[in-house]
Amino acid sequence: MILSRRFVLVTATAAALALGASACGSDSGSPAPPQPAALEGVGPISLVTGKDTSGNLQNQVDEWNSAHPDQKVTVIELPEDADAQRQQMVQNAQTRSDAYGVLNLDVVWTAEFAANQWVVPLPEADFPLDKLLPATVETGKYFKRLYAVPITSDGGLLYYRKDLLDAAGLKAPTTWSQLAEACAKVLPTAAGVSCYAGQFEKYEGLTVNFSEAVNSAGGSVVGEDGKPTLDTDAARKGLQFLVDGVKSGLIPQKARTFKEEEGRRAFQAGELLFHRQWPYQYAKASATDGSSAVAGKFAVAPLPGLDGPGASSLGGHNYAVSAFTKNKKTAVDFIKYSASEEQQRKNLEKTSQAPTWSALYDEADLVTKFPYLTQLKKSIEGATKRPGVVKYQEVSRAIQEAAYGAMSGDTPVDDALKSLQGKLEALTK
Amino acid sequence: MVTLVPAGPDPAGPDSTASGPTGPGGGSARGRRPGTGRLAALLVSPTLLVLGLVVLYPIISAVRLAFYQRNDGIDPETGLLVQGDRFVGIDNFTDMFTGENADRFLNALTNTTTFTVVAVSIEVVVGVLMALVMHRAFRGRALVRAAILVPWAVPTAIAGLLWRWVFQADGVANDLLPGAPVLWTTDGVQAWFAVVIADTWKTAPFIGLLVLAGLQVISAEIYEAARLDGAGPWRTFFSITLPLVKPTLLVAVLFRTLDTLRMFDLPYTLIGPGKEATDTVTVLAFEEAVKFGKYGPASAYAVVLFVYVALVAFAFVRLLGADVFGTKGRRSR
Repeated sequence: MILSRRFVLVTATAAALALGASACGSDSGSPAPPQPAALEGVGPISLVTGKDTSGNLQNQVDEWNSAHPDQKVTVIELPEDADAQRQQMVQNAQTRSDAYGVLNLDVVWTAEFAANQWVVPLPEADFPLDKLLPATVETGKYFKRLYAVPITSDGGLLYYRKDLLDAAGLKAPTTWSQLAEACAKVLPTAAGVSCYAGQFEKYEGLTVNFSEAVNSAGGSVVGEDGKPTLDTDAARKGLQFLVDGVKSGLIPQKARTFKEEEGRRAFQAGELLFHRQWPYQYAKASATDGSSAVAGKFAVAPLPGLDGPGASSLGGHNYAVSAFTKNKKTAVDFIKYSASEEQQRKNLEKTSQAPTWSALYDEADLVTKFPYLTQLKKSIEGATKRPGVVKYQEVSRAIQEAAYGAMSGDTPVDDALKSLQGKLEALTK
Repeated sequence: MVTLVPAGPDPAGPDSTASGPTGPGGGSARGRRPGTGRLAALLVSPTLLVLGLVVLYPIISAVRLAFYQRNDGIDPETGLLVQGDRFVGIDNFTDMFTGENADRFLNALTNTTTFTVVAVSIEVVVGVLMALVMHRAFRGRALVRAAILVPWAVPTAIAGLLWRWVFQADGVANDLLPGAPVLWTTDGVQAWFAVVIADTWKTAPFIGLLVLAGLQVISAEIYEAARLDGAGPWRTFFSITLPLVKPTLLVAVLFRTLDTLRMFDLPYTLIGPGKEATDTVTVLAFEEAVKFGKYGPASAYAVVLFVYVALVAFAFVRLLGADVFGTKGRRSR
């Protein structure tokens, strides 16, 4: 007790001095830049993650624990819902609690956690970043500093009904107009099948689908300099694809209520010719226990775009180190262990989650086991990251507002984008 | 937000006749010994302390927060956020009514109000009907009572998810209805109706339960007398049942009104946040605070809602004479 009180006193004094010093140093009141080194402390840590639906995480942790009995990792499982996970991690950081060690962050949270200094910058040299898919590494960076290491990735794929396209003598479309043509040809002969769906309910999935549409038309949501670029022709064409889709019936009306699972049920029931979805659907739609009507009848392709293949939004999860944990060195070591080729291979084999280790996508026996790997690698390599902005949640809500209003026919495309551009300019100021 | 705190036993209490059978028995305290008041205060103080901690402190702290905003400047070199809060006066409140969030807030306030007026009205009618059914003696009454009360026992968030299934594009609701499927969970008036329907299903039993309690204390003799006088069922209901059950009904309506003004779970789980037709003030406050990390504006929303709810409660007690605390005793009418 005495020791800890002295420790508190010392820290408080140091903090006061530091505050005074920085106040003298700069009038703007901006905080001192973080020190990238000095990640010390060895001992037990916790791994905070969303609900582990794969069942492999505990194996991974057990293996680590038997090799490092003095640096035990305990898994803290948060709810399955991403918003709830983020909320708990944020609350924990705001109370500066050391209960959380390694944080399993969604790729879009990096900027917010880094800017708030809830996670520490990591020494890049410690990680085999050159072996990982470059697009995934980008998601862990903020202002050119590495704050998180990609562990799993995710990219959108175009699921299509191979049986129906084959029967019509067609190949997987690479452009939106080919997609529309394919539907025009196939649908009249296939009763109860709609053309195309993605995730169009008003939630994060709509942000993903909107960004993909804009990127696939050659535009971008946020430019290199972090400023929004939506008042462009490409952005208009991207949103127009979604809006026209709903208007013309290419996208069925009810797809506007689809999140991932609603869409998956529709695809598995054979109600969709084309479906934009994450890789996880592959295993479920291939199930031969009667739950899927399309098992063996579908295949995947890269997302189509305006003039050629489109660009997916990048999903996935990165590990970061909480700024408030004591044992930061152990945390770094554990991340190194989790990101290693061996662990990523095991994870892919057991859970079919997309790895970030580039070479795994080209291993012959893995490709036979997971036929979508080749397409998925293409999707991830060509994927664009969602806006890496601190106020990501507000940006995402503004995007949803604009896209949802346009797709329901309430706002003209031009107006929606113009007002979105204005809102994003204010949010990324 | 708002908690109706029964006024704790008044230290100088013997003059105010307490309710219930022990009510008029306060005579002995007329010539009380000195120090009784102090003892009473001492005995009550733990309660007051707890109430202060769990009721007063959060309210004061929320009001304080409503006058602050988080700094959100970004260091151009490192991208780090400037830390700390700054005092912004009444900015958070003026923003609500004239700023860029004004549309969203006023819309949410309207939704909150329309939900309350419409849903509570329907719930009163359905609830009273339920009470009348539950009050009748017939075979299987226990079963009917239990069945009616089930919705009330289901947690609201779960009920929201259940109704989401019912209202999804190829759900039960659309199977039963003729014509093209209605997209209930999208934005628009149908979403508003979906919430009202689910809320009615969920909470009409509450009104039913309270009214049933009220019905059970009406003596059978009055009905007998009415029948002898030749009153029909309608006349009996409007001239005897309704007036006699009115005090209970008013309390039930008050509780439901205050509850519905704070409605959150149903719009959030059934329709989802960010929908113009169903966003309530609490949904807005939740999003601002938890999702966007803007505790200042969120507290301002909460404070305005708190005042609104308090005004409604006050109006109920004053204008309609809702007897919330049971202090009026049995006034003969």
